[in-house]
Amino acid sequence: MRSYSCCEPAAAEGSAMLDLSGVWAHYAGRCALENVSLRLGAGERIAVVGPNGAGKSTMFKVIAGTLAPSAGSVRVFGSDPGSHVCIAYIEQHANINWRFPATVEDVVAMGRIARVRYFRYLGRRDRAIVADAMERVAIADLRRRQIGELSGGQQRRMFIARALAQEAEVMLLDEPYAGLDADASRMLSDTLDSIGESIAVMVATHDLGVAEHLDRVLLLNRRLIAAGTPDEVLAPEHLASAYGSNLRRIGAPMNRRRSLNGTSGVEAG
Amino acid sequence: MTELILAPLAYPFVGRALLAVTMVAAVCALVGTFAVLRGMSYIGSALAHSLVPGIALGYLLGGADRDRLFWWATATAVLASLGMATLVHRARIGEDAAVGVVYAGMFALGIAIISTARSFAVDLIHFLFGNLLGINGADLVRIAATSFVIAVVILLFYKELVLVTFDPVFAVSLRLRRTLLTYLQYLLIALAIVVALQTIGIALVVTLMVAPAAAALQITRRFHHTVLVAAAIGMVSGVTGLYLSYYFNVASGAAVALVCVALFLLVTASDRLAARVSGRARADDDGPRSTTPSAGSPGTAQTA
Repeated sequence: MRSYSCCEPAAAEGSAMLDLSGVWAHYAGRCALENVSLRLGAGERIAVVGPNGAGKSTMFKVIAGTLAPSAGSVRVFGSDPGSHVCIAYIEQHANINWRFPATVEDVVAMGRIARVRYFRYLGRRDRAIVADAMERVAIADLRRRQIGELSGGQQRRMFIARALAQEAEVMLLDEPYAGLDADASRMLSDTLDSIGESIAVMVATHDLGVAEHLDRVLLLNRRLIAAGTPDEVLAPEHLASAYGSNLRRIGAPMNRRRSLNGTSGVEAG
Repeated sequence: MTELILAPLAYPFVGRALLAVTMVAAVCALVGTFAVLRGMSYIGSALAHSLVPGIALGYLLGGADRDRLFWWATATAVLASLGMATLVHRARIGEDAAVGVVYAGMFALGIAIISTARSFAVDLIHFLFGNLLGINGADLVRIAATSFVIAVVILLFYKELVLVTFDPVFAVSLRLRRTLLTYLQYLLIALAIVVALQTIGIALVVTLMVAPAAAALQITRRFHHTVLVAAAIGMVSGVTGLYLSYYFNVASGAAVALVCVALFLLVTASDRLAARVSGRARADDDGPRSTTPSAGSPGTAQTA
Protein backbone atom coordinates (compact mmCIF):
# COMPACT_ATOMS: atom_id res chain seq x y z
CA MET A 1 0.00 0.00 0.00
CA ARG A 2 1.30 3.41 -0.92
CA SER A 3 1.45 6.08 1.69
CA TYR A 4 0.79 9.67 0.77
CA SER A 5 2.82 12.18 2.58
CA CYS A 6 2.07 15.77 2.05
CA CYS A 7 3.68 19.07 2.33
CA GLU A 8 6.78 18.34 4.33
CA PRO A 9 8.23 21.81 5.02
CA ALA A 10 11.78 20.61 4.33
CA ALA A 11 10.79 19.22 0.99
CA ALA A 12 8.91 22.39 0.16
CA GLU A 13 11.88 24.63 0.67
CA GLY A 14 13.25 26.11 -2.50
CA SER A 15 10.44 24.74 -4.64
CA ALA A 16 7.08 26.37 -5.23
CA MET A 17 4.02 24.83 -3.68
CA LEU A 18 2.63 24.35 -7.14
CA ASP A 19 4.56 24.54 -10.39
CA LEU A 20 3.02 24.14 -13.83
CA SER A 21 5.33 24.38 -16.78
CA GLY A 22 4.30 24.20 -20.41
CA VAL A 23 1.09 22.32 -19.64
CA TRP A 24 -1.14 21.24 -22.51
CA ALA A 25 -4.36 19.42 -21.77
CA HIS A 26 -7.25 17.94 -23.71
CA TYR A 27 -10.72 17.64 -22.32
CA ALA A 28 -13.69 15.98 -24.03
CA GLY A 29 -11.62 15.49 -27.16
CA ARG A 30 -10.51 19.05 -27.71
CA CYS A 31 -7.53 21.10 -26.69
CA ALA A 32 -8.46 23.02 -23.55
CA LEU A 33 -5.09 24.29 -22.32
CA GLU A 34 -2.16 25.43 -24.42
CA ASN A 35 1.26 25.81 -22.94
CA VAL A 36 0.27 27.15 -19.51
CA SER A 37 2.97 27.84 -16.95
CA LEU A 38 2.39 29.02 -13.43
CA ARG A 39 3.94 29.02 -9.97
CA LEU A 40 1.99 29.27 -6.76
CA GLY A 41 3.41 29.91 -3.30
CA ALA A 42 2.02 29.15 0.13
CA GLY A 43 -0.82 31.37 1.24
CA GLU A 44 -1.35 33.01 -2.15
CA ARG A 45 -4.84 33.90 -3.29
CA ILE A 46 -5.14 33.72 -7.05
CA ALA A 47 -8.09 34.41 -9.32
CA VAL A 48 -8.38 32.59 -12.62
CA VAL A 49 -10.47 34.68 -14.98
CA GLY A 50 -11.60 33.83 -18.48
CA PRO A 51 -14.64 33.25 -20.67
CA ASN A 52 -16.63 30.01 -20.73
CA GLY A 53 -14.57 27.22 -22.22
CA ALA A 54 -11.32 29.03 -21.43
CA GLY A 55 -9.98 25.94 -19.67
CA LYS A 56 -10.37 27.08 -16.07
CA SER A 57 -11.95 23.84 -14.91
CA THR A 58 -9.53 21.81 -17.03
CA MET A 59 -6.62 23.57 -15.36
CA PHE A 60 -8.06 22.73 -11.94
CA LYS A 61 -8.55 19.08 -12.92
CA VAL A 62 -4.94 18.91 -14.07
CA ILE A 63 -3.68 20.48 -10.84
CA ALA A 64 -5.90 18.19 -8.76
CA GLY A 65 -4.43 15.21 -10.58
CA THR A 66 -7.79 13.93 -11.81
CA LEU A 67 -6.90 14.72 -15.44
CA ALA A 68 -3.50 13.93 -16.91
CA PRO A 69 -1.92 16.71 -18.99
CA SER A 70 -1.09 15.76 -22.58
CA ALA A 71 2.22 17.62 -22.36
CA GLY A 72 4.18 19.61 -19.83
CA SER A 73 4.69 18.99 -16.15
CA VAL A 74 2.72 19.61 -12.98
CA ARG A 75 4.67 19.52 -9.74
CA VAL A 76 3.16 19.81 -6.30
CA PHE A 77 5.88 20.33 -3.72
CA GLY A 78 8.28 19.07 -6.34
CA SER A 79 6.49 15.83 -7.09
CA ASP A 80 3.61 14.44 -9.13
CA PRO A 81 0.13 15.66 -8.12
CA GLY A 82 -1.13 12.06 -8.08
CA SER A 83 1.03 11.40 -5.05
CA HIS A 84 -0.53 14.14 -2.95
CA VAL A 85 -3.70 14.28 -0.96
CA CYS A 86 -3.31 17.95 -0.08
CA ILE A 87 -5.17 19.42 -3.05
CA ALA A 88 -8.87 20.08 -2.64
CA TYR A 89 -10.87 20.65 -5.81
CA ILE A 90 -14.31 22.08 -5.15
CA GLU A 91 -16.22 21.74 -8.39
CA GLN A 92 -18.80 24.17 -9.66
CA HIS A 93 -21.31 21.52 -10.65
CA ALA A 94 -20.23 18.78 -8.31
CA ASN A 95 -22.10 15.67 -9.31
CA ILE A 96 -23.60 15.33 -5.87
CA ASN A 97 -26.83 13.59 -4.97
CA TRP A 98 -28.15 16.06 -2.40
CA ARG A 99 -30.61 13.47 -1.11
CA PHE A 100 -27.76 11.16 -0.14
CA PRO A 101 -28.26 10.02 3.46
CA ALA A 102 -25.41 12.00 5.01
CA THR A 103 -25.24 14.84 7.49
CA VAL A 104 -22.92 17.84 7.17
CA GLU A 105 -20.60 16.21 9.69
CA ASP A 106 -20.55 12.94 7.70
CA VAL A 107 -19.46 14.78 4.57
CA VAL A 108 -16.81 16.88 6.32
CA ALA A 109 -15.50 13.67 7.93
CA MET A 110 -14.95 12.23 4.45
CA GLY A 111 -12.03 14.66 4.20
CA ARG A 112 -10.20 12.52 6.76
CA ILE A 113 -10.37 9.34 4.70
CA ALA A 114 -7.04 9.88 2.94
CA ARG A 115 -5.35 10.34 6.31
CA VAL A 116 -6.97 7.36 7.98
CA ARG A 117 -6.33 4.94 5.09
CA TYR A 118 -7.80 1.53 4.49
CA PHE A 119 -9.25 -0.84 7.09
CA ARG A 120 -9.38 1.85 9.78
CA TYR A 121 -12.07 4.08 11.14
CA LEU A 122 -11.88 7.69 12.25
CA GLY A 123 -10.37 8.18 15.68
CA ARG A 124 -10.80 10.82 18.35
CA ARG A 125 -8.17 13.10 16.80
CA ASP A 126 -9.92 12.90 13.42
CA ARG A 127 -13.24 13.79 15.05
CA ALA A 128 -11.59 16.80 16.68
CA ILE A 129 -10.17 17.95 13.34
CA VAL A 130 -13.61 17.56 11.73
CA ALA A 131 -15.24 19.59 14.53
CA ASP A 132 -12.59 22.28 14.20
CA ALA A 133 -13.04 22.44 10.41
CA MET A 134 -16.79 22.97 10.80
CA GLU A 135 -16.15 25.63 13.43
CA ARG A 136 -13.77 27.53 11.15
CA VAL A 137 -16.30 27.87 8.34
CA ALA A 138 -19.18 28.56 10.74
CA ILE A 139 -21.28 25.49 10.00
CA ALA A 140 -20.82 23.76 13.36
CA ASP A 141 -24.46 24.44 14.23
CA LEU A 142 -25.55 22.68 11.02
CA ARG A 143 -23.57 19.52 11.67
CA ARG A 144 -26.61 17.28 12.13
CA ARG A 145 -28.46 18.61 9.08
CA GLN A 146 -29.00 16.34 6.14
CA ILE A 147 -26.99 17.89 3.29
CA GLY A 148 -30.07 18.55 1.14
CA GLU A 149 -31.32 20.99 3.78
CA LEU A 150 -28.44 23.41 3.23
CA SER A 151 -28.51 26.63 1.23
CA GLY A 152 -26.07 27.12 -1.65
CA GLY A 153 -23.64 29.11 0.46
CA GLN A 154 -23.77 26.59 3.28
CA GLN A 155 -23.10 23.76 0.81
CA ARG A 156 -19.96 25.48 -0.43
CA ARG A 157 -18.76 26.20 3.08
CA MET A 158 -19.32 22.54 3.90
CA PHE A 159 -16.99 21.56 1.06
CA ILE A 160 -14.41 24.07 2.31
CA ALA A 161 -14.70 22.45 5.74
CA ARG A 162 -14.17 19.07 4.09
CA ALA A 163 -11.02 20.49 2.43
CA LEU A 164 -9.83 21.74 5.84
CA ALA A 165 -10.48 18.31 7.37
CA GLN A 166 -8.45 16.90 4.47
CA GLU A 167 -5.65 19.26 5.60
CA ALA A 168 -5.54 20.62 2.07
CA GLU A 169 -2.73 23.05 1.29
CA VAL A 170 -4.08 24.03 -2.09
CA MET A 171 -7.77 24.76 -2.56
CA LEU A 172 -9.21 25.02 -6.04
CA LEU A 173 -12.64 26.65 -6.08
CA ASP A 174 -14.55 26.63 -9.34
CA GLU A 175 -17.01 29.55 -9.54
CA PRO A 176 -17.66 29.49 -5.80
CA TYR A 177 -19.80 32.62 -5.90
CA ALA A 178 -22.09 31.53 -8.73
CA GLY A 179 -25.71 31.66 -7.65
CA LEU A 180 -25.05 33.09 -4.19
CA ASP A 181 -26.77 36.19 -2.91
CA ALA A 182 -24.79 39.08 -1.41
CA ASP A 183 -24.93 37.80 2.19
CA ALA A 184 -23.89 34.28 1.27
CA SER A 185 -21.08 35.65 -0.93
CA ARG A 186 -19.82 37.81 1.92
CA MET A 187 -19.84 34.87 4.33
CA LEU A 188 -17.96 32.76 1.82
CA SER A 189 -15.31 35.41 1.21
CA ASP A 190 -14.93 35.94 4.97
CA THR A 191 -14.46 32.19 5.28
CA LEU A 192 -11.79 32.15 2.59
CA ASP A 193 -10.05 35.11 4.22
CA SER A 194 -9.95 33.36 7.56
CA ILE A 195 -8.83 29.85 6.63
CA GLY A 196 -5.19 30.51 7.24
CA GLU A 197 -2.06 31.87 5.69
CA SER A 198 -0.53 28.53 4.82
CA ILE A 199 -3.28 27.52 2.42
CA ALA A 200 -3.04 28.61 -1.20
CA VAL A 201 -6.38 29.34 -2.84
CA MET A 202 -7.21 29.49 -6.54
CA VAL A 203 -10.63 30.82 -7.47
CA ALA A 204 -12.00 30.42 -10.99
CA THR A 205 -14.46 33.21 -11.57
CA HIS A 206 -16.31 35.37 -14.05
CA ASP A 207 -16.66 38.05 -11.44
CA LEU A 208 -14.00 40.72 -11.83
CA GLY A 209 -15.08 42.12 -8.46
CA VAL A 210 -13.87 38.87 -6.91
CA ALA A 211 -10.68 38.89 -8.95
CA GLU A 212 -9.80 42.45 -7.92
CA HIS A 213 -9.85 41.45 -4.27
CA LEU A 214 -7.22 38.71 -4.60
CA ASP A 215 -3.41 38.82 -4.66
CA ARG A 216 -2.90 37.79 -8.24
CA VAL A 217 -4.99 37.29 -11.34
CA LEU A 218 -4.48 34.87 -14.21
CA LEU A 219 -6.31 35.73 -17.38
CA LEU A 220 -6.90 32.54 -19.30
CA ASN A 221 -8.33 31.71 -22.67
CA ARG A 222 -6.87 28.28 -23.34
CA ARG A 223 -3.45 29.93 -23.16
CA LEU A 224 -2.33 32.30 -20.44
CA ILE A 225 -3.07 35.83 -21.65
CA ALA A 226 -1.82 37.76 -18.65
CA ALA A 227 -0.73 37.14 -15.10
CA GLY A 228 0.06 39.61 -12.33
CA THR A 229 -1.63 41.93 -9.90
CA PRO A 230 -5.31 42.70 -10.54
CA ASP A 231 -4.49 46.23 -11.71
CA GLU A 232 -2.00 44.96 -14.27
CA VAL A 233 -4.07 42.10 -15.58
CA LEU A 234 -7.57 43.53 -15.64
CA ALA A 235 -6.58 46.21 -18.11
CA PRO A 236 -8.96 46.67 -21.03
CA GLU A 237 -6.50 45.45 -23.65
CA HIS A 238 -5.97 42.16 -21.82
CA LEU A 239 -9.66 41.65 -21.23
CA ALA A 240 -10.34 42.35 -24.89
CA SER A 241 -7.78 39.77 -25.85
CA ALA A 242 -9.40 37.18 -23.58
CA TYR A 243 -13.04 37.93 -24.22
CA GLY A 244 -12.90 39.39 -27.73
CA SER A 245 -12.81 43.03 -28.70
CA ASN A 246 -16.53 43.57 -28.46
CA LEU A 247 -16.39 43.73 -24.68
CA ARG A 248 -18.35 45.84 -22.33
CA ARG A 249 -17.77 46.01 -18.66
CA ILE A 250 -20.83 46.16 -16.49
CA GLY A 251 -20.77 47.49 -12.96
CA ALA A 252 -18.38 49.91 -11.31
CA PRO A 253 -15.34 51.50 -12.97
CA MET A 254 -12.17 49.46 -13.05
CA ASN A 255 -10.06 51.55 -10.75
CA ARG A 256 -12.42 51.38 -7.80
CA ARG A 257 -11.54 48.76 -5.20
CA ARG A 258 -14.62 46.87 -4.37
CA SER A 259 -15.74 44.26 -1.93
CA LEU A 260 -15.67 40.60 -2.84
CA ASN A 261 -19.39 40.34 -3.17
CA GLY A 262 -19.47 42.97 -5.87
CA THR A 263 -21.55 42.31 -8.89
CA SER A 264 -19.41 43.63 -11.70
CA GLY A 265 -18.59 41.23 -14.46
CA VAL A 266 -17.80 41.11 -18.11
CA GLU A 267 -19.86 40.19 -21.07
CA ALA A 268 -18.53 39.30 -24.44
CA GLY A 269 -20.83 40.69 -27.09
CA MET B 1 -51.87 -16.14 16.43
CA THR B 2 -48.96 -17.85 18.16
CA GLU B 3 -50.22 -21.08 16.69
CA LEU B 4 -50.18 -19.56 13.21
CA ILE B 5 -46.55 -18.55 13.66
CA LEU B 6 -45.32 -21.71 15.35
CA ALA B 7 -47.18 -24.38 13.36
CA PRO B 8 -45.04 -24.15 10.19
CA LEU B 9 -41.88 -24.34 12.28
CA ALA B 10 -42.68 -27.97 13.04
CA TYR B 11 -41.30 -28.66 9.57
CA PRO B 12 -37.49 -28.38 9.49
CA PHE B 13 -37.53 -27.11 5.90
CA VAL B 14 -39.53 -24.09 7.01
CA GLY B 15 -36.97 -23.29 9.69
CA ARG B 16 -34.15 -23.54 7.13
CA ALA B 17 -36.09 -21.38 4.72
CA LEU B 18 -36.61 -18.71 7.40
CA LEU B 19 -32.91 -18.63 8.24
CA ALA B 20 -31.97 -18.47 4.57
CA VAL B 21 -34.40 -15.71 3.66
CA THR B 22 -33.32 -13.62 6.66
CA MET B 23 -29.64 -13.76 5.68
CA VAL B 24 -30.34 -13.21 2.00
CA ALA B 25 -32.62 -10.25 2.67
CA ALA B 26 -30.08 -8.60 4.96
CA VAL B 27 -27.15 -9.00 2.59
CA CYS B 28 -29.19 -7.90 -0.44
CA ALA B 29 -30.34 -4.78 1.40
CA LEU B 30 -26.77 -4.01 2.46
CA VAL B 31 -25.40 -4.29 -1.07
CA GLY B 32 -28.56 -2.78 -2.52
CA THR B 33 -28.23 0.47 -0.56
CA PHE B 34 -24.91 1.18 -2.29
CA ALA B 35 -26.34 0.09 -5.63
CA VAL B 36 -29.44 2.28 -5.40
CA LEU B 37 -27.43 5.35 -4.37
CA ARG B 38 -25.03 4.79 -7.26
CA GLY B 39 -27.90 4.40 -9.70
CA MET B 40 -27.06 0.74 -10.35
CA SER B 41 -30.48 -0.87 -9.79
CA TYR B 42 -30.84 -1.80 -13.45
CA ILE B 43 -27.28 -3.10 -13.54
CA GLY B 44 -28.14 -5.42 -10.65
CA SER B 45 -30.99 -6.93 -12.61
CA ALA B 46 -28.81 -7.28 -15.71
CA LEU B 47 -26.05 -8.94 -13.70
CA ALA B 48 -28.55 -11.43 -12.29
CA HIS B 49 -29.67 -12.44 -15.77
CA SER B 50 -26.07 -12.67 -16.93
CA LEU B 51 -25.59 -15.58 -14.54
CA VAL B 52 -28.04 -17.77 -16.44
CA PRO B 53 -25.65 -19.01 -19.17
CA GLY B 54 -23.02 -19.92 -16.58
CA ILE B 55 -25.50 -21.89 -14.50
CA ALA B 56 -26.94 -23.56 -17.60
CA LEU B 57 -23.47 -24.58 -18.75
CA GLY B 58 -22.67 -25.90 -15.30
CA TYR B 59 -25.89 -27.90 -15.36
CA LEU B 60 -25.13 -29.39 -18.76
CA LEU B 61 -21.60 -30.35 -17.78
CA GLY B 62 -22.05 -31.33 -14.15
CA GLY B 63 -25.71 -32.09 -13.62
CA ALA B 64 -28.01 -30.79 -10.91
CA ASP B 65 -25.52 -31.09 -8.04
CA ARG B 66 -26.14 -27.93 -6.06
CA ASP B 67 -22.67 -27.55 -4.67
CA ARG B 68 -21.18 -27.58 -8.17
CA LEU B 69 -23.83 -25.27 -9.49
CA PHE B 70 -23.05 -22.84 -6.68
CA TRP B 71 -19.42 -22.65 -7.81
CA TRP B 72 -20.47 -22.30 -11.43
CA ALA B 73 -22.73 -19.45 -10.39
CA THR B 74 -19.97 -17.81 -8.32
CA ALA B 75 -17.43 -18.04 -11.14
CA THR B 76 -19.96 -16.63 -13.59
CA ALA B 77 -20.76 -13.84 -11.13
CA VAL B 78 -17.10 -12.83 -10.92
CA LEU B 79 -16.71 -12.82 -14.71
CA ALA B 80 -20.05 -11.12 -15.34
CA SER B 81 -19.39 -8.36 -12.80
CA LEU B 82 -15.93 -7.61 -14.18
CA GLY B 83 -17.28 -7.69 -17.73
CA MET B 84 -20.23 -5.48 -16.88
CA ALA B 85 -18.07 -2.96 -15.01
CA THR B 86 -15.64 -2.76 -17.92
CA LEU B 87 -18.49 -2.38 -20.39
CA VAL B 88 -20.19 0.37 -18.42
CA HIS B 89 -16.93 2.33 -18.18
CA ARG B 90 -15.88 1.87 -21.76
CA ALA B 91 -19.27 1.98 -23.50
CA ARG B 92 -19.71 4.76 -26.01
CA ILE B 93 -23.36 4.05 -26.68
CA GLY B 94 -24.54 5.04 -23.20
CA GLU B 95 -24.62 2.93 -20.09
CA ASP B 96 -28.26 1.86 -20.18
CA ALA B 97 -28.12 0.76 -23.82
CA ALA B 98 -24.91 -1.21 -23.28
CA VAL B 99 -26.32 -2.91 -20.19
CA GLY B 100 -29.60 -3.59 -22.00
CA VAL B 101 -27.86 -5.36 -24.87
CA VAL B 102 -25.78 -7.55 -22.55
CA TYR B 103 -28.79 -8.26 -20.33
CA ALA B 104 -30.87 -9.64 -23.20
CA GLY B 105 -27.92 -11.28 -24.93
CA MET B 106 -26.72 -13.21 -21.90
CA PHE B 107 -30.23 -14.27 -20.91
CA ALA B 108 -30.93 -15.49 -24.45
CA LEU B 109 -27.65 -17.40 -24.44
CA GLY B 110 -28.64 -19.03 -21.17
CA ILE B 111 -32.07 -20.04 -22.49
CA ALA B 112 -30.45 -21.40 -25.68
CA ILE B 113 -28.05 -23.55 -23.66
CA ILE B 114 -30.86 -24.76 -21.42
CA SER B 115 -33.11 -25.64 -24.34
CA THR B 116 -30.59 -28.25 -25.48
CA ALA B 117 -31.29 -30.25 -22.32
CA ARG B 118 -34.91 -31.31 -21.96
CA SER B 119 -34.84 -32.24 -18.31
CA PHE B 120 -33.75 -28.82 -17.15
CA ALA B 121 -37.13 -27.10 -17.06
CA VAL B 122 -37.91 -27.58 -13.36
CA ASP B 123 -34.44 -26.59 -12.16
CA LEU B 124 -34.50 -23.57 -14.41
CA ILE B 125 -37.75 -22.43 -12.85
CA HIS B 126 -36.08 -22.78 -9.45
CA PHE B 127 -33.20 -20.57 -10.45
CA LEU B 128 -35.44 -18.00 -12.06
CA PHE B 129 -37.93 -17.76 -9.22
CA GLY B 130 -36.22 -19.41 -6.29
CA ASN B 131 -37.12 -22.48 -4.27
CA LEU B 132 -37.02 -21.30 -0.72
CA LEU B 133 -38.67 -24.37 0.74
CA GLY B 134 -36.13 -26.65 -0.93
CA ILE B 135 -33.14 -25.22 0.93
CA ASN B 136 -31.03 -27.93 2.58
CA GLY B 137 -28.33 -27.77 5.22
CA ALA B 138 -25.47 -27.45 2.74
CA ASP B 139 -27.29 -24.58 0.97
CA LEU B 140 -27.63 -22.83 4.32
CA VAL B 141 -23.90 -23.12 4.98
CA ARG B 142 -23.08 -21.71 1.54
CA ILE B 143 -25.53 -18.84 2.00
CA ALA B 144 -24.13 -18.05 5.46
CA ALA B 145 -20.49 -18.22 4.34
CA THR B 146 -21.01 -16.01 1.27
CA SER B 147 -23.10 -13.50 3.21
CA PHE B 148 -20.38 -13.35 5.84
CA VAL B 149 -17.69 -12.68 3.23
CA ILE B 150 -19.77 -9.92 1.64
CA ALA B 151 -20.46 -8.28 5.00
CA VAL B 152 -16.80 -8.41 6.06
CA VAL B 153 -15.58 -6.92 2.77
CA ILE B 154 -18.10 -4.10 3.09
CA LEU B 155 -17.08 -3.44 6.69
CA LEU B 156 -13.39 -3.35 5.72
CA PHE B 157 -13.94 -0.90 2.86
CA TYR B 158 -16.96 0.83 4.36
CA LYS B 159 -15.74 4.42 4.39
CA GLU B 160 -14.13 4.14 0.96
CA LEU B 161 -17.26 2.56 -0.55
CA VAL B 162 -19.50 5.25 0.95
CA LEU B 163 -17.20 7.99 -0.35
CA VAL B 164 -16.91 6.59 -3.87
CA THR B 165 -20.70 6.23 -3.93
CA PHE B 166 -21.26 9.78 -2.71
CA ASP B 167 -18.55 11.73 -4.55
CA PRO B 168 -16.35 9.75 -6.97
CA VAL B 169 -14.35 12.81 -8.04
CA PHE B 170 -13.38 13.64 -4.48
CA ALA B 171 -12.47 9.99 -3.95
CA VAL B 172 -10.02 10.32 -6.85
CA SER B 173 -8.51 13.49 -5.44
CA LEU B 174 -7.90 11.58 -2.20
CA ARG B 175 -6.08 9.04 -4.40
CA LEU B 176 -8.51 6.25 -3.62
CA ARG B 177 -8.54 3.55 -6.27
CA ARG B 178 -11.86 4.54 -7.77
CA THR B 179 -11.83 1.93 -10.53
CA LEU B 180 -10.90 -0.83 -8.12
CA LEU B 181 -13.64 0.21 -5.68
CA THR B 182 -16.17 0.36 -8.51
CA TYR B 183 -15.25 -3.17 -9.63
CA LEU B 184 -15.57 -4.25 -6.01
CA GLN B 185 -19.12 -2.86 -5.92
CA TYR B 186 -20.06 -4.82 -9.04
CA LEU B 187 -18.51 -7.94 -7.57
CA LEU B 188 -20.41 -7.54 -4.30
CA ILE B 189 -23.70 -7.13 -6.18
CA ALA B 190 -22.98 -10.24 -8.23
CA LEU B 191 -22.09 -12.28 -5.13
CA ALA B 192 -25.26 -11.12 -3.37
CA ILE B 193 -27.19 -12.38 -6.40
CA VAL B 194 -25.49 -15.77 -6.07
CA VAL B 195 -26.57 -15.87 -2.43
CA ALA B 196 -30.12 -15.03 -3.44
CA LEU B 197 -30.28 -17.46 -6.37
CA GLN B 198 -31.95 -20.32 -4.54
CA THR B 199 -34.11 -18.28 -2.26
CA ILE B 200 -35.72 -15.64 -4.41
CA GLY B 201 -34.31 -16.32 -7.85
CA ILE B 202 -32.73 -14.38 -10.65
CA ALA B 203 -35.89 -12.70 -11.91
CA LEU B 204 -36.89 -11.22 -8.55
CA VAL B 205 -33.61 -10.65 -6.70
CA VAL B 206 -33.50 -7.02 -7.80
CA THR B 207 -36.64 -6.42 -5.70
CA LEU B 208 -34.78 -7.46 -2.54
CA MET B 209 -31.92 -5.12 -3.44
CA VAL B 210 -33.86 -2.08 -4.52
CA ALA B 211 -37.16 -1.94 -2.62
CA PRO B 212 -35.83 -2.05 0.99
CA ALA B 213 -33.08 0.48 0.20
CA ALA B 214 -35.50 2.77 -1.62
CA ALA B 215 -37.92 2.59 1.31
CA ALA B 216 -35.19 3.18 3.91
CA LEU B 217 -33.81 6.17 2.01
CA GLN B 218 -37.07 8.00 2.51
CA ILE B 219 -37.02 7.78 6.28
CA THR B 220 -33.31 7.99 7.18
CA ARG B 221 -30.72 10.75 7.06
CA ARG B 222 -27.42 8.95 7.60
CA PHE B 223 -25.94 6.16 5.56
CA HIS B 224 -25.52 3.55 8.29
CA HIS B 225 -29.10 4.14 9.43
CA THR B 226 -30.26 3.59 5.86
CA VAL B 227 -28.40 0.29 5.68
CA LEU B 228 -29.83 -0.93 9.00
CA VAL B 229 -33.40 0.09 8.21
CA ALA B 230 -33.13 -1.42 4.72
CA ALA B 231 -31.87 -4.69 6.19
CA ALA B 232 -34.74 -4.69 8.71
CA ILE B 233 -37.32 -4.05 5.97
CA GLY B 234 -35.77 -6.81 3.87
CA MET B 235 -35.80 -9.33 6.72
CA VAL B 236 -39.39 -8.51 7.67
CA SER B 237 -40.40 -8.94 4.02
CA GLY B 238 -38.56 -12.24 3.83
CA VAL B 239 -40.17 -13.74 6.91
CA THR B 240 -43.66 -12.36 6.20
CA GLY B 241 -43.44 -13.46 2.58
CA LEU B 242 -42.46 -16.95 3.60
CA TYR B 243 -45.45 -17.30 5.95
CA LEU B 244 -47.81 -15.97 3.27
CA SER B 245 -46.30 -18.46 0.86
CA TYR B 246 -46.87 -21.27 3.37
CA TYR B 247 -50.47 -20.43 4.16
CA PHE B 248 -51.69 -19.30 0.74
CA ASN B 249 -49.62 -21.70 -1.31
CA VAL B 250 -48.00 -18.92 -3.34
CA ALA B 251 -44.52 -19.22 -4.87
CA SER B 252 -42.15 -18.24 -2.06
CA GLY B 253 -39.89 -15.91 -4.08
CA ALA B 254 -42.86 -14.05 -5.48
CA ALA B 255 -44.45 -13.75 -2.03
CA VAL B 256 -41.27 -12.25 -0.55
CA ALA B 257 -40.91 -9.83 -3.47
CA LEU B 258 -44.55 -8.76 -3.16
CA VAL B 259 -44.27 -8.07 0.57
CA CYS B 260 -41.09 -6.09 -0.15
CA VAL B 261 -42.87 -3.91 -2.68
CA ALA B 262 -45.88 -3.54 -0.37
CA LEU B 263 -43.62 -2.33 2.47
CA PHE B 264 -41.97 0.12 0.06
CA LEU B 265 -45.37 1.53 -0.92
CA LEU B 266 -46.44 1.68 2.73
CA VAL B 267 -43.31 3.59 3.75
CA THR B 268 -43.66 5.94 0.77
CA ALA B 269 -47.32 6.64 1.52
CA SER B 270 -46.79 7.15 5.26
CA ASP B 271 -43.78 9.38 4.60
CA ARG B 272 -45.87 11.55 2.29
CA LEU B 273 -48.67 11.60 4.82
CA ALA B 274 -46.30 12.53 7.64
CA ALA B 275 -44.81 15.30 5.51
CA ARG B 276 -48.27 16.63 4.79
CA VAL B 277 -49.35 16.47 8.43
CA SER B 278 -46.19 18.12 9.71
CA GLY B 279 -46.41 20.68 6.91
CA ARG B 280 -49.95 21.49 8.02
CA ALA B 281 -48.89 21.62 11.67
CA ARG B 282 -46.10 24.02 10.77
CA ALA B 283 -48.52 26.11 8.76
CA ASP B 284 -50.95 26.18 11.69
CA ASP B 285 -48.18 27.54 13.90
CA ASP B 286 -47.86 30.46 11.54
CA GLY B 287 -51.35 31.54 12.42
CA PRO B 288 -54.36 32.53 10.36
CA ARG B 289 -52.32 33.46 7.29
CA SER B 290 -51.98 29.82 6.46
CA THR B 291 -55.65 28.95 6.21
CA THR B 292 -56.59 27.30 2.97
CA PRO B 293 -56.97 29.65 0.02
CA SER B 294 -60.65 28.72 -0.28
CA ALA B 295 -61.26 30.46 3.05
CA GLY B 296 -60.80 33.58 1.01
CA SER B 297 -60.63 36.23 3.71
CA PRO B 298 -59.36 39.60 2.53
CA GLY B 299 -56.19 39.06 4.59
CA THR B 300 -55.20 35.89 2.80
CA ALA B 301 -55.90 37.44 -0.54
CA GLN B 302 -53.41 40.19 0.16
CA THR B 303 -50.64 37.95 1.38
CA ALA B 304 -51.10 35.39 -1.37
